[in-house]
Amino acid sequence: MRLKNYLLNHAYALVYSLGQISRTPLSSMMTVMVIGITLALPTVLYVALQNTQQLTAGLDNVAQMSLFLKKDTREENAADLAGQLRSNPDIATLEVITPEQALEEFRHSSGFADALRALEENPLPFVLVIKPVTSHPDTVARLQATLQKLPEADFVQLDMQWVQRLYAALGIVQRGVMILAGLLGLGVLLIVGNTIRLGIHSNRDEITITKLMGATDAFVRRPFLYAGTWYGVLGGLLAWLLVSVALALLAEPVQHLSTLYGSRFALGGLDVSGTLLLLLIATLLGLLGSWLAVGRYLRAVEPV
Amino acid sequence: MIQFTNVTKRYASGQEALSNVSFDIATGDMAFLTGHSGAGKSTLLKLIACIERPTSGQVVVNGRNLAHIKRAQVPALRRQIGMIFQDHKLIAERTVFDNVALPLIIAGLHNAVETARRVRAALDKVGLLGKEKQLPVMLSSGEQQRVGIARAVVNKPALLLADEPTGNLDPDLAAEVMGLFEQFNQVGVTVLIVSHNLGLISRFQHRILNLEKGCLLSHAPLIHEAPPCA
Repeated sequence: MRLKNYLLNHAYALVYSLGQISRTPLSSMMTVMVIGITLALPTVLYVALQNTQQLTAGLDNVAQMSLFLKKDTREENAADLAGQLRSNPDIATLEVITPEQALEEFRHSSGFADALRALEENPLPFVLVIKPVTSHPDTVARLQATLQKLPEADFVQLDMQWVQRLYAALGIVQRGVMILAGLLGLGVLLIVGNTIRLGIHSNRDEITITKLMGATDAFVRRPFLYAGTWYGVLGGLLAWLLVSVALALLAEPVQHLSTLYGSRFALGGLDVSGTLLLLLIATLLGLLGSWLAVGRYLRAVEPV
Repeated sequence: MIQFTNVTKRYASGQEALSNVSFDIATGDMAFLTGHSGAGKSTLLKLIACIERPTSGQVVVNGRNLAHIKRAQVPALRRQIGMIFQDHKLIAERTVFDNVALPLIIAGLHNAVETARRVRAALDKVGLLGKEKQLPVMLSSGEQQRVGIARAVVNKPALLLADEPTGNLDPDLAAEVMGLFEQFNQVGVTVLIVSHNLGLISRFQHRILNLEKGCLLSHAPLIHEAPPCA
């Protein structure tokens, strides 16, 4: 019975708060739109970031390093070392290039065939061409350090340094998006808080009257908390709509561009978990914003 | 029902609204409170409804000492009191029905059938049945006052407080409204009415408390004897 009453109290506040919002349709709509646009911006960035990660995931097998062995390394030693390194879990593939193979290849590709023939001995060392299991900077760096320490190692050349740079740049962008999302979230909090504050202000008389009739603080508070939550939910839905429309508009040009690059990359949309997260955050921001406003302003409205 | 013992109320501005006021209104009684404007009548009502707290002295309402009442306990106290205001204090955006139903909803009554029954009974009593769907602004001042009375009695409170309920009414309507209060009193409700319409209230056989500059002047028949005004 108590629970039923409690739920009915909440149902009343829920319906009442909706009525309150619909009574001022224009200003309510403005609030919802501001929240929607504010939330849409970080969401679009989030989707863009996810798409970039999807793009770079395709780069996993492009990182490659060449381990140049010391000039005096003998063929058995090189083969031994190659055998040892193949058991390293960070290494996906390993290929041994002998000085003869290298010279042959160089002869073919460089056009210096005659000049090379004049050499008395082969100046090229053994080279181990290594592909790490991923291009993730951590793995690559770790592997590079390991290889560098080998006694036979002359030097390690990372062929895909730009991948590392890309990852580093992505890291910065990711953090930037997080900071921006945090700031905009704070903005939503203030927008909801301010709207609720105005609502409290314009309903002063009504609040006073209900308090005179013996309304508890919770009774007075509830409709405002629900109103804030509604603003959050509606703003979140609008943000989702805006992002979906924006992505739909971008999909075709992106497709066109990737075709020009000979890629089959297609722009990914906001996935289910992303959508749920957006709505959850929007709802919580609405609730929290109204909570702050209610805590700050409602107590002050007392009958005099 | 209401006991004031040496109650003094001084506002932050330094103005003393009530000075050492003592009186007692028994359960089921009806009394008038009169005096010039600024005599402290409104302050006295506010102390009963716990809108203001006394500076010193003791206020007991329905067995509850208001000196020890916590903020969270105030709503429960107010639900036992039906309050009527000179300016009606109706919610302009809500229909007559919703206004009268408000105390029931606040008290947690969610049964729509029961709510409708009690709202209609209260409106019937004040002669406004059929106006449920109207907004307060569509009613005359006298009708709005009666909506306020219906709202005050819908929850069957033990105590009715009325602040100048006939202030804006013509003599016939005023007498009618006073008659209503007398009817509620006859079914056991304690009634305290603030009014400076001496001509009207002297027609009833009820106690008259007379406040002047914060002091209680005449209060026969009264249990406590208040010391003379300084």
